[in-house]
Amino acid sequence: MSAKLERLSQNLRDVFGETLQSLVLDCGEVTIEVAASDYLRVARTLRDHEDLHFEQLIDISGLDFSAYGNASWTGKRFASSAHLTSIRHNWRLRLRAFAEDEAFPVLDSVVEIWPSANWFERESFDLYGIMYAGHPDLRRILTDYGFVGHPFRKDFPVSGYVEMRYDPEQGRVVYQPVTIEPRENTPRIVREENYGDVGHG
Amino acid sequence: MAEIRNYTINFGPQHPSAHGVLRLVLELDGEVVERADPHIGLLHRGTEKLAETRTWVQSVPYMDRLDYVSMMCNEHAYCMAIERLLGVQVPERAQYIRVMFDEITRILNHLLNIGTHALDIGAMTMVLYTFREREDLMDAYEAVSGARMHAAYYRPGGVYRDLPDRMPKYEVNKFKNEKTVRELNAAREGSLLDFLEDFTSRFPTYCDEYETLLTDNRIWKQRTVGIGVVSPEQALAWGFTGPMLRGSGIAWDLRKKQPYEVYDRMDFDIPIGKNGDCYDRYLCRMEEMRQSNRIVRQCIDWLRKNPGPVITDNHKVAPPSREDMKSNMEELIHHFKLFTEGIHVPKGEVYAAVEHPKGEFGVYAVSDGANKPYRLKLRAPGFAHLAAMDDIARGHMIADVVAIIGTMDVVFGEIDR
Repeated sequence: MSAKLERLSQNLRDVFGETLQSLVLDCGEVTIEVAASDYLRVARTLRDHEDLHFEQLIDISGLDFSAYGNASWTGKRFASSAHLTSIRHNWRLRLRAFAEDEAFPVLDSVVEIWPSANWFERESFDLYGIMYAGHPDLRRILTDYGFVGHPFRKDFPVSGYVEMRYDPEQGRVVYQPVTIEPRENTPRIVREENYGDVGHG
Repeated sequence: MAEIRNYTINFGPQHPSAHGVLRLVLELDGEVVERADPHIGLLHRGTEKLAETRTWVQSVPYMDRLDYVSMMCNEHAYCMAIERLLGVQVPERAQYIRVMFDEITRILNHLLNIGTHALDIGAMTMVLYTFREREDLMDAYEAVSGARMHAAYYRPGGVYRDLPDRMPKYEVNKFKNEKTVRELNAAREGSLLDFLEDFTSRFPTYCDEYETLLTDNRIWKQRTVGIGVVSPEQALAWGFTGPMLRGSGIAWDLRKKQPYEVYDRMDFDIPIGKNGDCYDRYLCRMEEMRQSNRIVRQCIDWLRKNPGPVITDNHKVAPPSREDMKSNMEELIHHFKLFTEGIHVPKGEVYAAVEHPKGEFGVYAVSDGANKPYRLKLRAPGFAHLAAMDDIARGHMIADVVAIIGTMDVVFGEIDR
């Protein structure tokens, strides 16, 4: 398997050269990062180039790095990770691009390259507020009609801002500010590296 | 001349053949579908966000509730993701148990799919037969985990406990007399493996029964042949996986192509379709059940001969035994740390995919070294399938929409997450 991944990495380096911001081989997976401006072009080459031939887009996931490792993250905040599969070569790849602007994150849409990106990008827009330029139908998908905000951002509370109930006096469903207190049973703890040496001890 | 306008109707969210809470806005020209716009998210619970606020192990039961008809396969992908990040080896016996339960789950899922699909398009009897067999398999779930559906049986590093020596039995009550109960309990006298072996010997006959009811049934064929045709190129472009991809004639199965656990030691075949219509996908699922039956049998043989541990002995990941915990200070500390703070998973990201009954179920986990996931993305096969609804349904009659929803095998637990 690792020889195959080496071959994939080599092909990627040969085809893209300087365009790759990074190429990481970890846990049996290859991850490449490209600039937002190169994203669309790289995606098209990944699908069409004979030595890569990723004909299937499996998944797109939005990411918000603002709280990464006790907020020690210094890079850009929003990213989009796409998981690609090549049926012909039987290999996988993760393609990531960071959005330039934190306040208004925009990335190119890959719908015209892989139609399956349609709903995945809608989902990422809904949950993280990442705009996909060129998407034909960028509507909310998972949240309620008329929902405000992007719930998977790290600064959005788990309990949300509004709650819904039936009001017997008005005889209809009403929205009101949440009345429950958010609580955390197990605190989130980031230890020093190799804490407890899991997996090696 | 009268003005002719398209008619827009709401299909669901309370429609019985919308398989849960699908709201489908259909634009109709007479009875022909011009546009289908699925509105999803009515069952959105924010599983991925909730997982970020819980330790890694605490999210295992959430996985059951994603695709609530193939529970253990979801857990499998999640546990595999954690194990890869940790670099933990799963004991061989646990791998066989996982493969066996994955295949039991596949049979469970396909039985439900074929039964309800037939029910949706007019064959009332099927569901009665398939649910009879589901009952036996859910008893197997109950025997290992105590729960008939939401098992939480797979854990990072292995499975929760070894296979039991006894099966739960029926008891006499006012609906079942002694004679009936004795017949029902006949196969349950031995261990779980005896029970499953008995089931696997019965199951091919049941499959023949289903085929008698459906495969050559004229009405069934009229409702499914040539309906919802997906070409191989379209299937790839839309990100289809599982029977939806194989029904179009592409031999792609992660169990063969990127084998995980002990699938590379199993002897089984991958059925593929020819025409890519609802009927071919039904035939694929039917054959997959028979193949799963074969795999279960092979696992039973191996599991009988090879006792051993079923969870890793690395107590930074899996809890120590109760006995050790009460006699050994270090194990007590391990136990305490595991159940208060949880596992610390090293920094990194991983995408673990399994061949789920519906397609490729993937878990993309990002860890920043904390005791909780930083980001957990669940790739649900049904999400990609339903996204293609508009293109597949366009030009079909409204009654065929029901057949297409059935063949996609949509379950809203996983699509809405």
